[in-house]
Amino acid sequence: MKTIQELEEIRKKTLDTINIRKDRSGTRIVVGMATCGIAAGARPVLLTIMDEIKKHDLSDVVVAQTGCIGMCRLEPIVEVYKPGEEKVTYVKVNPSKAIRIVNEHIMKGKVVEGYTIGAESK
Amino acid sequence: MEMYRSHVMICRGTGCTSSNSEQIAKNFEEEIKKHGLEKEVVVERTGCFGLCALGPVVIIYPEASFYSMVKPEDVEEIVKEHLVKGRIVKRLLYAESVEENRLKALEEVDFFKKQVRVALRNCGIINPENIDEYIAFDGYKALEKVLTKMTPAEVIDTVKRSGLRGRGGAGFPTGMKWEFASKSVNDQKYVLCNADEGDPGAFMDRSVLEGDPHSILEAMTIAGYAIGASQGYIYCRAEYPIAVKRLGIAIGQARLYGLLGDNIMGTGFKFDIELRLGAGAFVCGEETALIASVEGQRGMPRPRPPFPANKGLFAKPTILNNVETYANIPVIFNKGPEWFASMGTEKSKGTKVFALGGKISNTGLVEIPMGTSLREVIYEIGGGCPNGKKFKAVQTGGPSGGCIPEEHLDSPIDYESLAALGSIIGSGGMIVMDEDNCMVDIARFFMDFIVDESCGKCTPCREGTKRMLEILERITEGKGEEGDLDKLESLAKNIKNAALCGLGQTAPNPVLSTIRYFRDEYEAHIKDKKCPAGVCKELLDYFIIADKCKGCGICAKNCPQQCISGQPKTPYTIDSSKCIKCGVCMQKCPFKAIIRK
Repeated sequence: MKTIQELEEIRKKTLDTINIRKDRSGTRIVVGMATCGIAAGARPVLLTIMDEIKKHDLSDVVVAQTGCIGMCRLEPIVEVYKPGEEKVTYVKVNPSKAIRIVNEHIMKGKVVEGYTIGAESK
Repeated sequence: MEMYRSHVMICRGTGCTSSNSEQIAKNFEEEIKKHGLEKEVVVERTGCFGLCALGPVVIIYPEASFYSMVKPEDVEEIVKEHLVKGRIVKRLLYAESVEENRLKALEEVDFFKKQVRVALRNCGIINPENIDEYIAFDGYKALEKVLTKMTPAEVIDTVKRSGLRGRGGAGFPTGMKWEFASKSVNDQKYVLCNADEGDPGAFMDRSVLEGDPHSILEAMTIAGYAIGASQGYIYCRAEYPIAVKRLGIAIGQARLYGLLGDNIMGTGFKFDIELRLGAGAFVCGEETALIASVEGQRGMPRPRPPFPANKGLFAKPTILNNVETYANIPVIFNKGPEWFASMGTEKSKGTKVFALGGKISNTGLVEIPMGTSLREVIYEIGGGCPNGKKFKAVQTGGPSGGCIPEEHLDSPIDYESLAALGSIIGSGGMIVMDEDNCMVDIARFFMDFIVDESCGKCTPCREGTKRMLEILERITEGKGEEGDLDKLESLAKNIKNAALCGLGQTAPNPVLSTIRYFRDEYEAHIKDKKCPAGVCKELLDYFIIADKCKGCGICAKNCPQQCISGQPKTPYTIDSSKCIKCGVCMQKCPFKAIIRK
């Protein structure tokens, strides 16, 4: 038998994993996964982001893919959409950069300026 | 449960399953494995999304891309493009969901825009075979609240305040039903669920059972607490194998979690549910017949009173509610009776699910607030009649309901308004008819169904409906006589007044409503021996228009009766005395020179 507390735990845990079917209000992390992105190493980046989200038990974060946005030389590109904020585009991301992006931007709300497309073009 | 970045939801309701969605699911699993995505993408089999006309349906989250009419061979492309590269496969998207190259949210699509999904809230969104997913979306939260914070009287009061009325047909206030049963004093009471959905064209209960079985178990347990019952039975028709299977799985999971059994959630409350399968008799949807069938007797109704609330299953106080009624219960407790009562009209609260079928573009299930007009449902959600045909009537309520013509399409859908039009909401079947449907033939079809399904216990239904059918058959065969309509109306009146149960009492409705709104069509059959819609074979003749006939002879070659004759390059003629009216000549003629009238 499950107690009421155990049911509540199941509810919370399962909701974290299936909420992407209903709720579109949380943060979206979009990884460019066209041929250019994959060739530049987007897959390990994507997997790292997912691992970090799992590790820190982040709910309300959706990881999605997108195709080529036309800046193949800057791949892997990761875009972060937070509700009510401007989109932030990170370029030439690798797994260690991805960890920092999740830890600082997603968790603490601090954009990692050095990795953004703005820093790259300077 | 593992965390996945993408969820592939594949409809495994009856509609999509019969167009091979299981194979599609298997292909997805295989392709996902082939591309090494099994740790990132999960495949879930769900219940019905509602848009059955476009099945098999696959929805991929987080984008919520709505793929329609997917074939097993399309799966490879979807996985390669969408799941690996993040490129949505546009050619397979439901066309309505794309706007100026942008993917619309599902709620913006015409079919879903006006819908409010309460009873269908979880259908297509959860995996019905996984209790955790039901729990995640507030499942069993209402039961917890009821068992730990409310008295049975408060539970009944909440249901009463919500204004919920029975969704099976009669529209009796659910809270009152529960109150009657709670006041009957007895050592044993029962909670029954009527899942013997038998109206031709209605399939909302099936979809709820297939897509969200736990909502029924939770609601029945709440009902058990409210009236003081410890045992429930779900009477489900055996023709719904997927529903039966999922109910079985759900009951097993609920027992394992202690949500059914001796000590539910540790509160000491005891309740269990068993399944009973119906053998396919329409009359067993009638409450007293259903109770007899659950008891193991022949499914026949008995006179009421005593009502089941006093003397029901095994002569004990019993409540019986329909599947859709129960599906609303947990939400009423989670969101409050005031929230539920804020939807709908003065006397009909909440939402109702309708099964749209017949001559309509978007065949499927729609759930709308009560009070929505028939026109909105048929044109804005259903997309109107396909192929540019003209709308003629909508049949609501199945064999107990009636046909409503064009001029009443702006009436709101609620129990009283439809009754005033000579129809009923019934279980929610909505069959749309266009100019090619003959209303006399429709009335004959439903009467034929009733004659088959009448249990034979009372004379008005057994004999009366048979006589009505005979008259209708004569009319459609061109042997109608002056006075037939009066005879039909007087028989109808007597059957309505004298039949024992709901089946007989409502059986004349399709005939009465078609006579009321389409009397001219009946008269054309009886007086002119013509079927204006061109349906009744006996009243039709095929003709070749000499001006249009090029004398190619294709009709003559294809005629199975060899009753078309003529010389090449001159107009042919049909010998009507031998013609069996199969229509092959008309289909084959390349010059549209053959007409039927």
